[in-house]
Amino acid sequence: MAVQLFYFLSALATLSALMVVFSRNPVHSVLYLILVFFCLTGHYILLNAQFLAIVNIIVYAGAIMVLFLFVIMFLNLRKDAEQKQPPLMKFIAVITGGLLLLIIVSVLSKVDMIQAQKTGFNSQIGLVENLGKVLYTEYLLPFELASVLFLVAMVGAVMLGKREAGERHF
Amino acid sequence: MPEVIANIPLNYYIFFASALFCIGVVGVLTRRNALIVFMSVEIMLNAVNMLFIAFSSYKSDTSGQVFVFFIMAVAAAEVAVGLAIIVMIYRNLRSVDTGVLNNLKW
Repeated sequence: MAVQLFYFLSALATLSALMVVFSRNPVHSVLYLILVFFCLTGHYILLNAQFLAIVNIIVYAGAIMVLFLFVIMFLNLRKDAEQKQPPLMKFIAVITGGLLLLIIVSVLSKVDMIQAQKTGFNSQIGLVENLGKVLYTEYLLPFELASVLFLVAMVGAVMLGKREAGERHF
Repeated sequence: MPEVIANIPLNYYIFFASALFCIGVVGVLTRRNALIVFMSVEIMLNAVNMLFIAFSSYKSDTSGQVFVFFIMAVAAAEVAVGLAIIVMIYRNLRSVDTGVLNNLKW
């Protein structure tokens, strides 16, 4: 059951990621992006990372996507407003992406990856208790620095969004 | 041990994550709408998150999941600032087309 679910979620995530890139309407892109995030959340649950699955829904599907949708509504983009990239550039871009994928896959398919050990396997690492313990002991300093980062980002976003007098406000 | 970890090789997760990452790269290179470029960057970030969680679950090591937590925090901050910049660009140039932003072009 879980194995079929893995294939289903992977296929759905890949397809909707493709739709994000290739759909014309930015609102559709955002909706497909939400679908990608939900598929990845399913993957996290299958991998026993329950805490991150919930955080993924709250942060990505909740906060970030609302921000994206809000900006799209705010900018009032017309469907045909986007200039098309020249065909040569598109061709080169697709070739570049394909080659990147080819190289990564061909290099990594030869590698013998570590397999999970049956003995000593801890299936509880993704729960709040264990993650919290590690986060507040080993990674306490980065955790506190993240709060400074948020403060800087908050001040930066407010400064950038503020309307100033004059014609151009760069 | 979860069923997925017992039955699916780690390589499959690597292939899936690299496919997502390459889709993101193609999106950044082909689209000219700054918002869609931004969304493609988000897809790339999520592909990396996926890989981190897969490795951390297979090794049953917590550090990978803590890293994902930090990546999510940085991504949230990055989105807030980036969207503020896009709104400011739109206010000045009445467009979010990346082709318009050629002042620094050589």
